Amino acid sequence: MTTTAATAVDADELRGRVSALLAEYDPATVDRLTFLRARFDAGLAWVHYPRGLGGLDAPRALQSVVDAALEAAGAPDNDPRRIGIGLGMAAPTLLRFGTERQRRRFLRPLWTGEEVWCQLFSEPGAGSDLASLGTRAVRDGDAWVVTGQKVWTSSAHTARWAILLARTDPEVPKHQGLTYFVCDMHAPGVEVRPLRQITGEAEFNEVFLNEVRVPDEHRLGEVGDGWRVARTTLMNERVAIGGQALPREGGMIGIVAELWRGRPELRTPALHDRLLRLWVDAEVARLTGERLRQQLATGAPGPEGSGMKLAFARLAQEISGLEVEMLGEEGLRYDDWTLRRPQTVDFTGRGPGYRYLRAKGNSIEGGTSEILRNIIAERVLGLPAEPRTDKDVAWKDLPR
Amino acid sequence: MTPARTVVPRTDQDLLYSEVEQDLRSSVHDLLADRCPPAAVLARCEDRTPHDLALWRALSRDLGVAGLLVPPAHGGHGATAREAAVVLEELGASVAPVPFLTSAVVATTALLGCSGAADEIARLASGAATAVLTVPLSTAPGSAFPQGVRADAAGVLTGRVTSVGDAGCADLLVVPATGPRGPGLYAVHAGARGLGADLPVSLDLTRPLVDIHFDRVAARPLAGPGAAEPALATALLTGAGLLASEQLGIAQWCLDTTVRHLGERSQFGRPVGSFQALKHRLADRWLEVVSARAAARSAADALASGSTDAPVAVAVAQAYCAPVAVRAAEECLQLHGGIGMTWEHPLHLFLKRAKADEVAFGTPGRHRAALAGLVGLPA
Ligand SMILES: Cc1cc2nc3c(=O)[nH]c(=O)nc-3n(C[C@H](O)[C@H](O)[C@H](O)COP(=O)(O)OP(=O)(O)OC[C@H]3O[C@@H](n4cnc5c(N)ncnc54)[C@H](O)[C@@H]3O)c2cc1C
Repeated sequence: MTTTAATAVDADELRGRVSALLAEYDPATVDRLTFLRARFDAGLAWVHYPRGLGGLDAPRALQSVVDAALEAAGAPDNDPRRIGIGLGMAAPTLLRFGTERQRRRFLRPLWTGEEVWCQLFSEPGAGSDLASLGTRAVRDGDAWVVTGQKVWTSSAHTARWAILLARTDPEVPKHQGLTYFVCDMHAPGVEVRPLRQITGEAEFNEVFLNEVRVPDEHRLGEVGDGWRVARTTLMNERVAIGGQALPREGGMIGIVAELWRGRPELRTPALHDRLLRLWVDAEVARLTGERLRQQLATGAPGPEGSGMKLAFARLAQEISGLEVEMLGEEGLRYDDWTLRRPQTVDFTGRGPGYRYLRAKGNSIEGGTSEILRNIIAERVLGLPAEPRTDKDVAWKDLPR
Repeated sequence: MTPARTVVPRTDQDLLYSEVEQDLRSSVHDLLADRCPPAAVLARCEDRTPHDLALWRALSRDLGVAGLLVPPAHGGHGATAREAAVVLEELGASVAPVPFLTSAVVATTALLGCSGAADEIARLASGAATAVLTVPLSTAPGSAFPQGVRADAAGVLTGRVTSVGDAGCADLLVVPATGPRGPGLYAVHAGARGLGADLPVSLDLTRPLVDIHFDRVAARPLAGPGAAEPALATALLTGAGLLASEQLGIAQWCLDTTVRHLGERSQFGRPVGSFQALKHRLADRWLEVVSARAAARSAADALASGSTDAPVAVAVAQAYCAPVAVRAAEECLQLHGGIGMTWEHPLHLFLKRAKADEVAFGTPGRHRAALAGLVGLPA
């Protein structure tokens, strides 16, 4: 195979670069962090990112070549389940809207996992209607003073940084008065309290912001342009939740398929039919994600990505529900209700009961399935919008 | 013990459309837009002459679609299942009453599996003749070799095959029959003495069925035991896999038509498409169409590359795409209200095709059952 463009990076070149990295940094002897930093500096972190920022401007689809080669060599990974919000949401937003300085400061430790990120978007009064949020940021010299309450903040207890959406102008309609910041979770005035979930764990938190000073150099995008920046985050979030590259039988369906194979005494014709239907749906969802990635090449996801999250949530819920049923008597038990503050966000970990309960969040987090259907209907299919009364009213005059 | 499995990670599939494929699509699309509007198809069905042979000539000769799957050495274009799939998307989106799937895909694939069929293949590739594989349209890949027709030692055929799709416009029949030496494929000319045909009333007006009788019909043997079974199996697998692309085309037309109607039709002082209950239903249909596209492309790509995974990819595509097309058509009807129930509106042609396609080349349930064996999930 010959490459057409002189600058295009192909699979062979990537394998060569992986070999060179492994030759210089032997995963068997070098410590994990040193290896991850070297991998980032070699452009093998996320190959579709720019050179110098962990990538090589290569097609996104080639990432799997790098991952497979490194996994085969026993190299450590960056434990993506610990840093999902950083990888899936903060990073693409920093890449698109960050200044050169911000990108250089934040992306490397984000990718290596040295710094965990969380997302300070949702508030008690602003969930699906995120643009109505009320956390205030007031300019004070070369900083902003932020006060308000955030909720459902996953990983706030492990995070060093947050992406934060706050209101800088209450006098204009709600979408226009927002600004996007990077917030230091160790700054004075940030208080994180655990919020227990139906699984027993406290994966998410309440976060109180009490006159937290955020330097203006940690603003992402223009003042008042926060909604546009946030939309990039949200669209990436939906792909991050629903669109991971998986092998056939990767994820939840593989767990149930293995259970079926290993435990013939659990089999009934009705379960068999449901299992096969879900197996087909899971395989098609995998192909659909693969096709979307091939289409995206290096670009950013559009509203089409919402479809992947919608499909993922439905499948995760149905498959995990089937697993509990399939187990019969064992399905009546749960592993442990102890309140814990986990270090990772894990959809397929622990036991069947946990998987069943955790999957319920998949159709809520990152935009509910109802909101995603609205987005598909209006922005992909172009159906007429619902009549709206709130769009052109100054935020301060909205009914609350 | 679990049976052998094909659960392997696959990252090598190209699920997009190449430039060549897109060019082919637009030529076919333009021709169909010009020559095959839904109203014209409906009018042909009313005249009981559903097959549009003039359109088929334009497609097969001018655009060369009849020879897509045929190697250049046999007078074809040496393209693959990927290109044929794109043609089927367009044909599905206009319920075109032409024998592309039955002749240029299924019968041609069967003939390509025979060693002595060079003449027949060349005539099909050029569009000079069309052929049909005489099995019921509902026959699934992996079915037992058909027993309805017997051959004697001289290759004379006797027996009956029902529900053969598109047989009414075929010049050549490719007949699976069992002879003294076992399974074989035979060539019979449509005008042969002893051949009889009944025309049952078909659910799908645009792909009419024929029941065929063989009463001591002289035939030419094309493949004997050894070649006949794999040739038939490959033809059925290819037919089932590429049918998914036709189903995708049907579903896409139904979705587009519904979206358009809901944007235009007003009730309660606003477009009905602004009601959320309907938007959400259409969002679900959209997701199914997007997913069906990935499944259909995967099947076409696996068939094109001769992948050992093709039986899995085909079973997945059929199990998924068949009900998607049916739901898209059923929802299209419901969301059109009363007009959707009228004979005058063409959407019933799509509903009937979608429902018949769900049975064609094996129902979704049969494909799931096949999958159970292929991926090691036994009952
Ligand atoms: C496990 C989990 C983790 C999360 N992590 C984070 C995080 O890290 N950071 C963060 O900022 N947020 C996080 N969230 C919050 C999440 O984004 C919100 O819960 C979500 O956007 C819904 O908002 P809400 O909870 O206020 O529900 P509401 O918006 O009050 O919705 C209530 C119901 O009304 C429906 N609804 C609302 N509006 C419409 C409409 N226009 N049309 C139709 N139906 C509608 C919704 O679909 C839902 O069913 C997390 C949530 C969960 C469950």
